[in-house]
Amino acid sequence: MIRAFIFFAAVLCAPFASAQEIVLGLSDDEVDITATFDGSDILIFGAVKRDTPDIGGELGIIIAVSGPLQPVVVREKERRLGIWVNSASSDIDAAPSFYAVATTAPLSDILNDAEDLTHSITLPRVIRSMETVGGDTGDFTDALIRIRAGDGLYQTLEGAVNFAEETLFDTSISLPANLIEGDYPTRIYLTRDRQVIDTYETEIAVQKVGLERWLYNLAHENAVLYGLLSLSLAIAAGWLASAAFTAFRR
Amino acid sequence: MQIYLPIAELSVNAFLLLGLGGLVGVLSGMFGVGGGFLMTPLLFFIGIPPAVAVATEANQIVASSFSGVLANIKRKLVDFKMGTVLLVGGLVGSALGIVLFNYLKSLGQVDLLVKLCYVVFLGVVGGLMFIESLNAIRKSKKTGGAPPTRKRHNWVHNLPFKMKFRVSGLYISIIPPLLVGLLVGVLAAIMGVGGGFIMVPAMIYLLGMPTKVVIGTSLFQIIFVTAFTTMLHATTNQTVDMVLAILLIIGGVIGAQIGSRIGARMKAEQLRILLAIMVLLVCGQLALDLLLRPDELFSIGAGGGHS
Repeated sequence: MIRAFIFFAAVLCAPFASAQEIVLGLSDDEVDITATFDGSDILIFGAVKRDTPDIGGELGIIIAVSGPLQPVVVREKERRLGIWVNSASSDIDAAPSFYAVATTAPLSDILNDAEDLTHSITLPRVIRSMETVGGDTGDFTDALIRIRAGDGLYQTLEGAVNFAEETLFDTSISLPANLIEGDYPTRIYLTRDRQVIDTYETEIAVQKVGLERWLYNLAHENAVLYGLLSLSLAIAAGWLASAAFTAFRR
Repeated sequence: MQIYLPIAELSVNAFLLLGLGGLVGVLSGMFGVGGGFLMTPLLFFIGIPPAVAVATEANQIVASSFSGVLANIKRKLVDFKMGTVLLVGGLVGSALGIVLFNYLKSLGQVDLLVKLCYVVFLGVVGGLMFIESLNAIRKSKKTGGAPPTRKRHNWVHNLPFKMKFRVSGLYISIIPPLLVGLLVGVLAAIMGVGGGFIMVPAMIYLLGMPTKVVIGTSLFQIIFVTAFTTMLHATTNQTVDMVLAILLIIGGVIGAQIGSRIGARMKAEQLRILLAIMVLLVCGQLALDLLLRPDELFSIGAGGGHS
């Protein structure tokens, strides 16, 4: 909340660059992954600030939350000698681990293709692919989107943004339980007649905390110690269980 | 209760993992197999990344085998001498297996080869055991008592470097056990299993060891080979998930104790035919996966960084 206030102050003091500006707040700008983390809902809310009365035209709000970009390989199975094996594959340079787009109206009504291309808003524009071996790149990108959408990692939420009086907007993005760590860039676009007239960017930090953080760091920074600790725990557990059963039987 | 796994980076139901660990633990204790050949595919099935599943499973097998071997040591059913010979072969095999695994990974077909390995080995081993134990049961019914256990003399007994294994009642060359250990080590590293399902039949049919001793001795070898594999995975890939391992272990060690007691009360033939059926079922399921058209033809893998 303090950050939101500081931001408000900054906006009020800033020189009036454009006629309409986005002012934004987040319910959380940090998501902590604890041992019992089971997903999280983030409330994104804000307002369109005007210096002059609105000049007309249909306004739209698009909110895009993205996970860290990662390279992935998409493989397609094909039947060879009676069994299904991976044949064609496509290396995708950068695909977000999570992506949610929430809008006030169907995307095609509030955003044109040129603006989509410029700002990389919809998923096919976000996912960058480079080379494909023996197949059509489009099929692989479609498959990636289909599989991740099925896992709840890619969400297209058309009409999920409430937009009151063309001034106040809010929406809720649910982050699934299988989140990975990183900064989640969050972008808000204000459009008029399918043209982007203002953008606002912030980040939501997703990070492991406590035991999760400690184990992850140990595994990566002191792998030998981590391995020995894992083995000691395993042997201790095995011995304890055996001892407990012997005692129990007496 | 959902729990977040720090290395696998996903959230899973803790009771599901405890239950899986317990179920596989019972089988592990009963048959002397590590249970990895069941647990590794089950972990894939619930969405654990394969690299994490294989590495963590190695860690879990250490615990369940340790618990199982203690129960067998108390009943004096471990041939330490034979176990050590198998272990020497196993460590060499495991190191070779990791090299081979990384080579197959660079070819991009490692999933298929792992599955084919499962189908071929489980099919052959399960089929042989099933026929053998069926015959044994039939014979024991005809004679109306315990069948006379006569040691067969095959090529195994004509090799040099003979050694006396008193617990097993054997006087054989150390070459066959070394080779069995080596093969199991290679398979352990490639398939993410302890290798008991190969070693147990090999010890019974190839080396001619008594079934009761085989279980404890294979567990003894498996502990060290899987501990070695765990360390290799932890230091090279950082894919051992301690939280996942602990949940599987808690379920598994309890299950193994129960299983070991069930196993002690059953006849050797019954044990073998049950194990054969289990092995064939897993084999059939994996074969179907390869033969039937999958619902989703596409799959996503981690890209980049692989050399």
